[in-house]
Amino acid sequence: MRNNSVRAIALAAALPLVALTACTTEPSVTQTTGTGTGSAAASSPASKDWFDQALYDTQNQQRSATFEGNPEQPYLQYIAGPMTDTSKFKSPGAHKVCFANASISNPWRQTGWITMNQQLKALQGTGVISEMETRDAKDNDNTQIADIDYFIAEGKCDAFVISPNSTAALTQAVERACQTGKPVVVFDRGVETDCATTFIHPIGGFAWGIDTATFLSERLQSGDKVVALRILPGVDVLEHRWAAAKKIFEEKGIQAKDYFTGADPTKIKNIISDELATGDVKGVWMDAGDGAVAALEAFEDAGKKLPVMTGEDEMSFLTKWKQTGIDAMAPVYSNFQWRTPLLALEKIFKGEQIPTEWVLPQKPILANELDDWLQRNQGMPSGHYAKFGGEDLPGYPEVWQKRQMP
Amino acid sequence: MSTALNSERSAILKQNRASRSERLLRAVRTPGGAVFVLLIGLLAAIIVLNPSFGEPSSFIRFVGRTAPIAIAAIGQYFVIVGGEFDLSMGSVVTMQVIVAGNLIRQDDSKVIPVLVLMLVLGAFVGLVNGLITTLLQVPSFIVTLGMMLALLGLVLYWTGGAAQGNPADSFRQIGRGGIQDVPVLDVIPYPVIILTAVAVAGFVLMRRPYGRMLIAVGDNPEAAALAGSRVWWVRTRAFMMSSLSATVAGILLVGYAGVHPSVGRGYEFTAITAVVLGGVVLGGGRGWVLSAAAGAFALESLFTLLNFMGLQATWRDTVQGAIIIIAVAAASRSWQRKRKGASSAAHDEQHQLAAAPTPAEGTEQGGERV
Repeated sequence: MRNNSVRAIALAAALPLVALTACTTEPSVTQTTGTGTGSAAASSPASKDWFDQALYDTQNQQRSATFEGNPEQPYLQYIAGPMTDTSKFKSPGAHKVCFANASISNPWRQTGWITMNQQLKALQGTGVISEMETRDAKDNDNTQIADIDYFIAEGKCDAFVISPNSTAALTQAVERACQTGKPVVVFDRGVETDCATTFIHPIGGFAWGIDTATFLSERLQSGDKVVALRILPGVDVLEHRWAAAKKIFEEKGIQAKDYFTGADPTKIKNIISDELATGDVKGVWMDAGDGAVAALEAFEDAGKKLPVMTGEDEMSFLTKWKQTGIDAMAPVYSNFQWRTPLLALEKIFKGEQIPTEWVLPQKPILANELDDWLQRNQGMPSGHYAKFGGEDLPGYPEVWQKRQMP
Repeated sequence: MSTALNSERSAILKQNRASRSERLLRAVRTPGGAVFVLLIGLLAAIIVLNPSFGEPSSFIRFVGRTAPIAIAAIGQYFVIVGGEFDLSMGSVVTMQVIVAGNLIRQDDSKVIPVLVLMLVLGAFVGLVNGLITTLLQVPSFIVTLGMMLALLGLVLYWTGGAAQGNPADSFRQIGRGGIQDVPVLDVIPYPVIILTAVAVAGFVLMRRPYGRMLIAVGDNPEAAALAGSRVWWVRTRAFMMSSLSATVAGILLVGYAGVHPSVGRGYEFTAITAVVLGGVVLGGGRGWVLSAAAGAFALESLFTLLNFMGLQATWRDTVQGAIIIIAVAAASRSWQRKRKGASSAAHDEQHQLAAAPTPAEGTEQGGERV
């Protein structure tokens, strides 16, 4: 009797865990590239479907779109479309920029943050920007909303740069920033308002999913097993990658089994070892390349044939790819986008037109380009991203090699 | 053990004189013994789902990869049984992983000096934790939480979030390699050997005066102090062993998984869960060191079982959490039952005087139960 009641209590205690799981998916509504709606937020997490056919089609087309501008400066390239007139912001002299950052909690954001600061130095040198005040929200929506409101209340910002932590939660705060009448630049993850002067982002998660899943399914047979290693649930840019890949795997009859790893190589290695113990694994798909090396080492340690694999343009993966000579590709979520917001502000203060939705190139690294990218990033640490796009900035390459962050 | 009441002493004596099988049965009914039953059950379930897991070569690899968390659990056991917590364990693992990655690089000649440095660092962190807890009287929960954050911040500052890369392969062999071409097993991973050494050392230590003292301190520090033990030094050494075991776990993980700032994340909670699952009582004074290691194996088997069951990824954490809560709830229930059983046994005349008491076993039992 008492034993039963203990079990009942234990189960009841476990219920909040379920609720917590629900919460983590709640704030991250489908990322719309400015046009869609956030209707997905209303559905329950269990039935939540991140797949969005319209967005999938758009991004599928953008994969082969032509980009305006100089290919040597991909961080300034964009897909032709509506432009914002910024003549009202035209003003001479140096301006103060306020940056509300979601976090620098992963190697991708850290690499971008380094690049952004070096870009800042360049623009301070040319007298465009006087200083940049940054507040880091440490992956917390509430903190970031408070950060933005702090900037507004302080009233000393000549321009806002916002990298939103999540889509729905930050929408109103971004609108409040817009109401100050100062230029607002949003980049990486989006918000559900088009009040910003420009919204900068690479093509998107669906394009990533299409590139990678197509690559794997072209090389594998129907019925082959692919292990999908995912960082965490509920982040739109990551969920879109998996939504697109899952659709393609299902269409091609490839058995894809997905796991959340938190990018922890210990977990990744355990997962792959367990999967190899149950049968052959022909392919490995990742929604971010962090930890790719551990996945390959699990194959090596088990003495199995190395898989066909998609990672990311992180140096650790590119190096391992080269060493092992596997059949692989590295999708890219263009890290150079961290430069673009400050360069956009330079144009805004000059009163030049800029794209309302600034879609940056997002080109995967294929086998024939691998040597070139390794060559260009020699001496960079394992968490560095090959397409960081800061080769012409001051401090290159030491700042990135030593990962010096302010 | 020192708190055993006079009225219970004769019952204990009788229990120790019971036959070997009776003693085994009794041990299995304690939470510290039940975890072994749970472990066997989980392993059996895995083998039913996936028979190839039961092959010696697969199984020994599983033991190898579980070794780091089992070693961490053994380290955490010392602190918990002494009545404290060590939340800094995961950060120590992370720090050591980064130290190895950034200092050794590809230079084989640096392997030994850096290894020594890591052990010194580990002992130092434990010393600081222990001294602040015992001499400054700050609750260990806060001290080690602060240490956890301080070390994580230090790692971030030092590395900018990404390590330079994996250290030389000779260093990684400790966690990744093994003795090859062994009959039946195929390979004996080095982590298995290291785990065995740590487990034997822990087992022996808990039977020596220090181990007795640690349990007494965890059970009732005032009584232990009055009995003449230097409580602060007993506990500080427990913290040092915890940090050192985290260091050993870190060394193995560098080999097994490679260098990454996320290695070691959540290790303190996995280790504490393993210790509690092994029937060690939070607050100290009760529990068996090898049960803590078995708790780690049970936990890892549970994760593997859920992998093999093909549970949906989004659900997995919830199921894990619920199972852990149920298991620990069941364990605490059987401690309560055991306590009642112990006092009633004093008046139970049915025990046979079968074997002469061996002092070592007698004291171990006394320390373990009450």
